[in-house]
Amino acid sequence: MSVRSETLLWIAQRVSAALLAVCVVVHLATIIYAVQGGLTATEILGRTRGNVAWLAFYAVFVLAVTVHAPIGLRNVFTEWLGWRGRSRDLFVLLAAATLAWMGLSAVLAVFA
Amino acid sequence: MKVSVWKGAAQGRFQEFEVPRHPSQTVLDVVTYIQRVLDPTLAYRYACRVGMCGSCAMSVNGVPRWTCRTHVDNVVRQDRLEIGPLRNLPVIRDLVTDMREFFDKWARAKGQFKGERTKRDDFAPVKPHSSARIQVDAGIECIGCGVCYSACDVVSWNPEYLGPAALNRAWTLVRDERDADKLERLRAVGGDAGCHSCHTHMSCTERCPKHISPTAGIAGLKREVLALALKGKL
Repeated sequence: MSVRSETLLWIAQRVSAALLAVCVVVHLATIIYAVQGGLTATEILGRTRGNVAWLAFYAVFVLAVTVHAPIGLRNVFTEWLGWRGRSRDLFVLLAAATLAWMGLSAVLAVFA
Repeated sequence: MKVSVWKGAAQGRFQEFEVPRHPSQTVLDVVTYIQRVLDPTLAYRYACRVGMCGSCAMSVNGVPRWTCRTHVDNVVRQDRLEIGPLRNLPVIRDLVTDMREFFDKWARAKGQFKGERTKRDDFAPVKPHSSARIQVDAGIECIGCGVCYSACDVVSWNPEYLGPAALNRAWTLVRDERDADKLERLRAVGGDAGCHSCHTHMSCTERCPKHISPTAGIAGLKREVLALALKGKL
């Protein structure tokens, strides 16, 4: 991969990490707040169904994970397993697609 | 004191020697004693003995150090020492490593100054207190001993990684306002084997006997290379 692409992957991972820092804090704070009076599926769906703000928040969260985790995985493969080249990058793209599909499906499921 | 010393090349073993303790004894004194009195076949490298040449670096109790500037009192544990060759470099024999790859990487990182002026031009004025010059000063005293390279985990994971010393050298040239090869140098230090592979563990900074922070220089390179990438100039 070109020097430019490697550099852009590096900054993409940093930017997504910054987003994740905010998303994780909001997510955990919401869990701690919401669990106070017991937790039910109805209560969760009551909060998320039709709520565009939660849809947008969790969509950003999932997309940040989709960018961040595969790039990190790619580095782990390179450094720990010595796996490089196209096969590694295709595998990582597949991992990204799986994360995006699973995450966005879940987000849509609790919105619709 | 019992001293275990690496004998052999990549394949080898630690051999134990009994060495008398002396006040102000350095690890280099210990190695020299072993070679002169106990085992004349022991291969090791040194020159100045006073921390100027950087040739006596070895792994002492698993930590890369200049042996000439390391007092036994400060590193001995339960009257034992373990002395081996520097990590991350091929061992030629015993405590002597092959440093070709280490210096080849300086060349790969374009560690040579390339000026534009000729002998007919006047001197280039460089303000000593400019931020660029202060950053150059912080990294310029490297003597190429290989301690940082040996301490770096990224080098052990990715043998192509240029390493802290070569990247530090590149950084001092990137910040040298007289240098005319910045673009090529930044291209050379980017990519899979370059500055963005650094994990900021700071082992190089922790171990550098000259108290240089290659990590800071590498962070500077990351920013400069990124700026070029975003502008589409890489």
